[in-house]
Amino acid sequence: MEPRTSVIEKRLKNIKRIIAVASGKGGVGKSLVASSLALHLAHNGHKVGLLDLDLYGPSSHIILGIKDEFPAEEKGIIPPTVHGISFMSIVYFTQEKPSPFRGVDISNIILELLAITQWGSLDFLIIDMPPGIGDETLDVIRYMKTSEFLVVTTPSKVAMGAVSKLLKILIELKKPVLGVIENMTMTDSSFIKQEVKKLNVRYLGKIHFDETLEEAIGNADRLAETQAMKNLTVILMEINL
Amino acid sequence: MHEWALAESIVMAAVETAQKEKLKTITEVTVHIGELQQIEKEIFLFALNELAKSQKPKIKNDAFHLKTEKSTLVCKTCGHCWKYSDMKKKLNETESESIHFIPEVVFVHARCPSCGSPDFEITKGRGVTLTSIKGVR
Repeated sequence: MEPRTSVIEKRLKNIKRIIAVASGKGGVGKSLVASSLALHLAHNGHKVGLLDLDLYGPSSHIILGIKDEFPAEEKGIIPPTVHGISFMSIVYFTQEKPSPFRGVDISNIILELLAITQWGSLDFLIIDMPPGIGDETLDVIRYMKTSEFLVVTTPSKVAMGAVSKLLKILIELKKPVLGVIENMTMTDSSFIKQEVKKLNVRYLGKIHFDETLEEAIGNADRLAETQAMKNLTVILMEINL
Repeated sequence: MHEWALAESIVMAAVETAQKEKLKTITEVTVHIGELQQIEKEIFLFALNELAKSQKPKIKNDAFHLKTEKSTLVCKTCGHCWKYSDMKKKLNETESESIHFIPEVVFVHARCPSCGSPDFEITKGRGVTLTSIKGVR
């Protein structure tokens, strides 16, 4: 019998809101949105956790410049607090090596992380999701029942094709979708807005392509000053975050 | 001491099962401890017994029986079988500790000793499992 599922609800019970930042497509800026959202909420005085569930390619720690940290052990593992964010990632255990996991391993890792991580009380737990609707998405839906989804796309028709599939499955499973953020926009096209509206999902707005963003990666203070972060802040106000 | 968190999952799962089966007292809980997780047995047993004190239905003193399960790792590329204990000496302390927390990171830190492939599976001895519960109604 699998005992870990019995304890997950207890581990999450003092978390007021769980927001999974997701997309059907990779490379659209989920990790940047998740990290920036966590920084924004922490800056506004909230108690925030950030869980990087991109087990093959974790990147939130790179965006936030988190190095040389390791969870403390006390009746489980306690994520270190960096930039006011309790941060948990597989990277503590993989040390930046390649991670050749199969599906069953992914589910086991997620179960283990959820069973042993002691988040304490949080206002928000932000999850940086991997792309697609595979094990990680299904496990978040299964084990983190109160999770809400914030979906990210780029203006590309290719990205929106995959994002539509994610939105459709979330709608089918009756999961709350806070809305869709259009990231890295370079034109005034309304294609994404129209596509999102067809699915009766809220279109939240655009984050314009920001050439200076790359230089801010790894530096949370500089990240907060970028145009992308300013665009995101306006979008987040739309949904009272 | 992340053993406490795993012990908590065992106790909660045992209690849930006992409630479903309408047991008044849990008399025996058998737990298999997979070799890969490298659990400190004494700490784990201490945590189980401490956590058992405040449960409903009641859990009898010394109800927990721990059995260590040797691991079997099987290479998907060449079919070679081996045990974690065969390779543990080749891992450094950080790698071994990482596997203690998340057994699946063995795929990150180890390779098949025969062909060097990272594509192997854990067929036995991964982590902590609850194998049987006995009690009285």
